[in-house]
Amino acid sequence: MELTSLKFKEQSSAAIANADLQRALGNVEKGFIDKRRKSTDALPEFDRLRDNARDIKNHTLAHLDHYLEAYEEKVTQSGGHVHWAATAAEAREAVLAICQQRKAKTVTKGKSMITEEIGLNDFLSANDITPVETDLGEYIIQLRGEHPSHIIAPAVHVNRDQVESDFRRVHTQFEAERDLTEPVSLLAEAREVLRQKYFEADIGITGANFLVAETGSSVIVTNEGNGDLTQTLGKVHIVVASIEKVVPTLEDTAQILRVLARSATGQDMSVYTTVSTGPKRADDPDGPEEYHVVLVDNGRSDMLGTEYQEMLRCIRCGACMNHCPVYHAVGGHAYGSVYPGPMGAVLTPSLHGIDKSGHLPNASTFCGRCEEVCPMRIPLPKMMRHWREQEFEKHLQPSKARFGLGIWAYVARRPKLYRRAVSLAMPVLSRLGGARHRIARLPLAGGWTRHRDLPAPEGATFMQQWAERQRHDKGSKA
Amino acid sequence: MEEPSAGRRTRADAKKPTVGLFATCLVDLFRPSVGFASVKLLEDAGCRVEVPLGQTCCGQPAYNSGDRADTAAIAKQVIESFEGFDYVVAPSGSCGSTMKKHYPWLFEEGDPWRARAERFSAKVHELVSFLTDVMGITGVEGRLDQSVTYHDSCSGLRELGVQAQPRALLNSLEGATITEMKDANVCCGFGGTFCVKYPDISNTIVTKKMKAITDTGADMLLAGDMGCLMNMAGKLKREGSNVEVRHVAEVLAGMTDQPAIAGGGKR
Amino acid sequence: MSGRDAILSKIRASLGAGGDEAARKTAVAERLAGHPRGVIPERGHLPAAERLALFRDMAIKANASVATLAGYDALPDAVLTYLRERNLPASVRMGTDPRLAEAPWHEAATLEVKSGASDGEDVTGVSHALGAVAETGTLALTSGTDNPTTVNFLPEHHLVVVDAKDVTGDLESLWSALRTSRGDGSMPRTVNLVTGPSRSGDIEQVLLMGAHGPRSVHILVIDPEGTMPAERTP
Repeated sequence: MELTSLKFKEQSSAAIANADLQRALGNVEKGFIDKRRKSTDALPEFDRLRDNARDIKNHTLAHLDHYLEAYEEKVTQSGGHVHWAATAAEAREAVLAICQQRKAKTVTKGKSMITEEIGLNDFLSANDITPVETDLGEYIIQLRGEHPSHIIAPAVHVNRDQVESDFRRVHTQFEAERDLTEPVSLLAEAREVLRQKYFEADIGITGANFLVAETGSSVIVTNEGNGDLTQTLGKVHIVVASIEKVVPTLEDTAQILRVLARSATGQDMSVYTTVSTGPKRADDPDGPEEYHVVLVDNGRSDMLGTEYQEMLRCIRCGACMNHCPVYHAVGGHAYGSVYPGPMGAVLTPSLHGIDKSGHLPNASTFCGRCEEVCPMRIPLPKMMRHWREQEFEKHLQPSKARFGLGIWAYVARRPKLYRRAVSLAMPVLSRLGGARHRIARLPLAGGWTRHRDLPAPEGATFMQQWAERQRHDKGSKA
Repeated sequence: MEEPSAGRRTRADAKKPTVGLFATCLVDLFRPSVGFASVKLLEDAGCRVEVPLGQTCCGQPAYNSGDRADTAAIAKQVIESFEGFDYVVAPSGSCGSTMKKHYPWLFEEGDPWRARAERFSAKVHELVSFLTDVMGITGVEGRLDQSVTYHDSCSGLRELGVQAQPRALLNSLEGATITEMKDANVCCGFGGTFCVKYPDISNTIVTKKMKAITDTGADMLLAGDMGCLMNMAGKLKREGSNVEVRHVAEVLAGMTDQPAIAGGGKR
Repeated sequence: MSGRDAILSKIRASLGAGGDEAARKTAVAERLAGHPRGVIPERGHLPAAERLALFRDMAIKANASVATLAGYDALPDAVLTYLRERNLPASVRMGTDPRLAEAPWHEAATLEVKSGASDGEDVTGVSHALGAVAETGTLALTSGTDNPTTVNFLPEHHLVVVDAKDVTGDLESLWSALRTSRGDGSMPRTVNLVTGPSRSGDIEQVLLMGAHGPRSVHILVIDPEGTMPAERTP
């Protein structure tokens, strides 16, 4: 997708004015937060598991080269193929080459953010291969020509009546009179349509939640089972996964699984956790004939050894956006990037440059709720701050803001000057507030007063009044 | 460097812990009564309070804008002014956590300022949690005849663990009833410069907060941070609410003679 | 330079690796060989009866249903009963798992038992699990002729048989069982960990059962020793 993060402000204002979207966003707060809290409260070891999950990823990242080599060796041993892609373009080409070799016409897809990141669907379509998204949410937005607005609930911005009208528009094979008012009938219709697609498809493409170095396995975690039908019924299974998905062992996978589903959907375990190793064996009655893994770097190796390395621990659970007041207000599309919310605010500048995504790490109140819920203990606000510092160093902020900050800092570093300046200004502001003690409109403060009044100062500053009191006390003692 | 101004000193004061009050810029400019309420609460708790003149602001506007150099310069100034006290107390979780959790990080490992900042940071406390957790105060004298609801400001809550302390002290007031709002721990949308950089998003967030506040039916909204209070008060008043908004220190100190933040009553 | 070399050398440069790599290599080899267990929740350590009860509770919490059978002899009747109660056709699909094959299917004369992979036309599938995990109510199914993967996903109803002795407390113990199950430490093509029936919350976050896989998962625990405690009456 085209990166439009520079238009974040306009996009977020439009999102706020969009009543349908605002209605849908209510489901994020209702749907995720309580469930997560209940499931984490019910596991006394949750915080220790978070610590261990963090440590596992830290260890893996510190030895990433060796784990990737070990992983590759095991994949090859089990009859699979590993394709290394340094860039998004190389990854797309690797997938296309496999598809063309099998003369594939249709590919089914399990839900995968990395294929969004590399723009795989558009690329395949341009090469006459039809990608069919099979996760219900992904399917809905594919019909709508949209991109995911959430990393685990891609269609969270869509309401049921909108899904109904999309289905009526596209599923013309069914009678027009049918009743689609209830979500359950929408689901049944999608199930019927997609069931056919699994059997028709030549190739199934999935992402991976984990790559296990010990066994050469890829692991996907889903609730619908679409990823399993995608990879079981196609003649070829292609796994597209970024390099930081590797974990050492099955035991390590188990540790992180315990925090993944709880953080994402509040389940103790997602319905399907599937460990796939190589193509079907000689006597297997089902499964793909070929098994390929496209290992994507696309900027990750550049993050290693920097202040953004910790971001590579991310397991894409979505808890940060589920708990983000800014995400709740504007939804995922306003961010204008593949990855929205707090994790996107850190990752997007890493992938595309801070000059193209400067708003994202700035559009945070630093409330810290994302870090509080992150199962991998990623210090998201700290990293957003790093980006702000880099932006400042590169002089990327609006010159007006920078100028204002410069003056403020000059004065703030000179307490006497500061006290003189504010002791003149505050009484004026105070008088503006009048008997109501608030100011409805003030030049240069439109950002504040557009939506709220400015509480008026009491008058003399605290430091003035304190000095007064000291003088008075000394006088009375004398 | 300027000398800290002397507090009212008596011989008995010598044994008392000395507290440097970091008033915070918003209290200094907009709400001096919170500064005096803080002094009273600290003195009642047995502290000797001084207000060093070297203070302007903790540096957050620069810090949150990515201006590390100016932030570090301001931090040095604050550290120099306050490091001689037993404790440094601020009536704000946000400024408190900047000084306590972030100042050391402004200086590289090995820079002598790093160790100096760490020593300073160890002394820093948010006002209400200082009263309870350090001074061991379990209650304050006074009455509270209005029903109140309390908003947890983000930095105080998540970086300093301020949540139970203000509620405990409020409950010690005779007649106090706290009605909890929905999502009291969710951001009000202030976020420092965020609220003027992204006014529409900030407004969407504070609108939800306003509903949570007014849904409680409480007469008064309290919190421990002037930024959040000004944001919420400004919104409540703009929308015609007559909920009275005050800093928790004013109520705990029994100093509510000043008009409420952004005034009371309907516009 | 190939993509592989480019990526690996960039990783090494970013990590500041180089020179003596022996220590890093050893750390990796040791972890892979030792596969240390991390934090195992207390609930993973329960004695047998409580473990089985936890498995049942967690499976039910995940919207599966659970029945306990004294032996494989009771299996055909239990399957028929399940089908009859739901008005389903008396036909099931299953693989060639010897434990399933042992059951006296001939006694259930009205039941059609189809063997092999599912083609998508089957309403009900029967599988035998390698084991199960009590802490989350999870079933572990492995691919192969014994239990084709398609049986796990295509039928609307999935009946899964598991031996009570194969219900482990925690997921890590299941991995241990998996490593020994094939003797040579190799992995089956897939291991499906299944926790309840298929579902989706993608439309307005309303949870609906039966998205792409089975609408219902019914677990039959074979418990000849009678270890499973009786269900608590509500």
